[in-house]
Amino acid sequence: MLNQTDMATISDGLVEDVAILALERITKTFPGVKALSDVSLRLIPGKVTALIGENGAGKSTVVKILTGIYQPDGGSLRVDGQPTRFPVPQAASRSGVTAIHQETVLFDELSVAENIFLGHAPRGAFGLIDLKQMAEKAREILDSIGAKIDPEHKLKDLGIANKHLVAIARALSIDARVVIMDEPTAALSHKEIEELFELVEKLKAQGKAILFISHKFDEIFRIADNYTVFRDGQLIGDGSIADVSEPELVKMMVGRDVSQIFPERTSNPGDTVLKVSGYSHPTEFEDIGFTLRKGEILGFYGLVGAGRSEFMQALFGITRPSAGTVEIDATPVHIKSPADAVDHGIVYVPEDRGKQGAILDMPIFQNVTLPSLGRISSRGFLKLAEEFKLARDYTERLDLRAASLDTPVGNLSGGNQQKVVIAKWLATQPKVIILDEPTKGVDIGSKAAVHEFMAELAAQGLAVIMVSSEIPEVLGMSDRVIVMREGRMVAELTEGDLQPETLVRHAAGI
Amino acid sequence: MSTTDRFVPDRLRSPLEERLKSWETLLLLVAIGIFVANSFASPYFLNAWNLSDATFNFTEKAMIAFAMALLIISGEIDLSVASIIALASTAMGAAVQMGVGTPGLVLVGLGVGLLCGAFNGVLVTRMGLPSIVVTIGTMSLFRGISFIVLGDQAYRGYPESFSWFGQGYVWWVISFEFVLFAIIALIYAILLHKTNFGRAVYAIGNNATGAMFSGIRVQRVKFILFLLTGLMSGVAAICLTARLGSTRPSIATGWELEIVTMVVLGGVSILGGSGTIVGVVIAALVMGLVTFGLGLLNVPGIVMSIVIGALLIGVIALPRLWSIWRAR
Repeated sequence: MLNQTDMATISDGLVEDVAILALERITKTFPGVKALSDVSLRLIPGKVTALIGENGAGKSTVVKILTGIYQPDGGSLRVDGQPTRFPVPQAASRSGVTAIHQETVLFDELSVAENIFLGHAPRGAFGLIDLKQMAEKAREILDSIGAKIDPEHKLKDLGIANKHLVAIARALSIDARVVIMDEPTAALSHKEIEELFELVEKLKAQGKAILFISHKFDEIFRIADNYTVFRDGQLIGDGSIADVSEPELVKMMVGRDVSQIFPERTSNPGDTVLKVSGYSHPTEFEDIGFTLRKGEILGFYGLVGAGRSEFMQALFGITRPSAGTVEIDATPVHIKSPADAVDHGIVYVPEDRGKQGAILDMPIFQNVTLPSLGRISSRGFLKLAEEFKLARDYTERLDLRAASLDTPVGNLSGGNQQKVVIAKWLATQPKVIILDEPTKGVDIGSKAAVHEFMAELAAQGLAVIMVSSEIPEVLGMSDRVIVMREGRMVAELTEGDLQPETLVRHAAGI
Repeated sequence: MSTTDRFVPDRLRSPLEERLKSWETLLLLVAIGIFVANSFASPYFLNAWNLSDATFNFTEKAMIAFAMALLIISGEIDLSVASIIALASTAMGAAVQMGVGTPGLVLVGLGVGLLCGAFNGVLVTRMGLPSIVVTIGTMSLFRGISFIVLGDQAYRGYPESFSWFGQGYVWWVISFEFVLFAIIALIYAILLHKTNFGRAVYAIGNNATGAMFSGIRVQRVKFILFLLTGLMSGVAAICLTARLGSTRPSIATGWELEIVTMVVLGGVSILGGSGTIVGVVIAALVMGLVTFGLGLLNVPGIVMSIVIGALLIGVIALPRLWSIWRAR
């Protein structure tokens, strides 16, 4: 493997400009979506490059190309200036590229050293793992990042912050030269973030190139040397962080004409349906309160981990709040389970469709009728003809595309699965529908259909709550937006204040 | 929303077509095969009274197997069923000593079964413990109580009218137990395949989280399933005790595994989510026929269990081997 000096020789002294790893004019297409088009990215030794973009901008696709999980359709990848390919993840790690993900998989019952070296442990006699050498090497790596952790301890005995350090040590255990940090601070406290930044400085000093992916602008300005902004899979701008201001970055990240893609709607809210006051949870959210009227679309915006989904799930009865009240049509209700919520007319389309939203192995019609069994049966006995009729009525309204109604939901595309989940809830004739990231993982065509349908539901008098991390969607669909940060409501924005910059500023707490 | 001429049909294949290609059809062929083989192997097989006797090999176990099938489809299991029989039988024996009559005995048997089922159900659904661990525990607990009460003694002296539940005939060779078995099979088939409750059981077994997010009261359904399994163990305890005329603490030893075998052989996925009552009925017939046929040939019990084990693995492996072979 090359070190710093070798590289400088190769590039004839142009040390400043030589990227350890560079993407040039990369294109990547998935069925129905162009995830990346003609993007470039350069990672320079001893520098932190911030990759900035909204959800869906193509950041994670780039990470997967850099780590050999995806193959680009066009463009080239260069290591030390030489064109290369990473056909498998192992090829990327041989070239010294390593990634620290938000949720690196670690093993509680194994020791720290075993976690660090799992899969590439040093071998001794007979090919057995050399435990002594492994512990020594683990200690070396842990020392190099300033972590005071005994490599022989079991992982389960460590706190969250130390587990995170083990994940970093694991990433560094392959003689990394390029370290990708994908939202590394999402799960960390303030103090732990400071410690992480010290570590980043150390890695910089060791001449490693760092790709830092974050939504938080204060962190980016604090730690990054260079920036690259993606939007909709395209490179919007890059350069030195010293030459750019925060508003300029925000504008690059979100700036696009949002009004065109979304259905025109004139909101005409009616009576108040839902009133939530002082809703709190011991750890996830605090003092959430708002009212929602018929025909209104209320957006909830915030960064990942702001507590939006946790609040919605409490409202739907999955978890219990520690305090707070809910009123439906001015009558106080107690929601102790999803069944109660459905009885009171509150339904929830979860973000995790495969696990929570639908029962993938069961046929479409049975998924649609599951919460409405009482309506298609008499005295507990199912009436198959009525069941099919109900399923057909609501799937037709949503323009579902499927071979037949007894096809398992798991065989459908993401967009059509989402339609089944929404159809299931509409069949219960709810008062309030909560949509959690309704277009996540949904192709562009179905996305527009879901948006159109939301507008239509609101027009018919349904009260809609939409949780979304996509700024255009929030702006394009909502009458009102509540911004949450760290479990609290930090802003309630109406018509006049609905600007992308305002949203980002409140969500990130700038 | 849109009124295109595109039409999504309800079904692509008719239910009849599905049924013909199903596991149950394969199993039925196996049952017929065994029946034919038996009638060639032993001259005593094709005799109405002998065949009637043979049904006692499976009727009591099958009653529990129907409830167990629902429980396994929902993703849980109850390994304490045979021990519930022991405890219920012991309780009935003790009641006889106190001079309780036949109606009282039936109530005691059913009541103990329900209580044991409720105990399992509370531990699993309220405390959130895994059912396999809970019911391995109560398997020892329930039978343990029986052993403490009885030691190496036995309860006898059941009233004449009580023995009818295990020895009575409704008409000609048709025993009361067989009729009860048929009625219970019908009830469970309707419960699982034709009611809201049955649909909820399938939904929970396929994806309990998804079912909860769809407004199904998952814990309540599971609790009812444990109650039903306990209740059916009580029913089986009444029939078995009446048939034997006595109670020992070792009564029905090892039945839990035979019952689970019956359920799995019937095509119920041990991982939950799929299976039918018809399948369990046919599996009960298959197991009864094999045991009876081998009994006529004077094959010892230990060999019978080898044959049942081989049958289970064979019947489950065959379709997989077949699809691997076809894929080539």
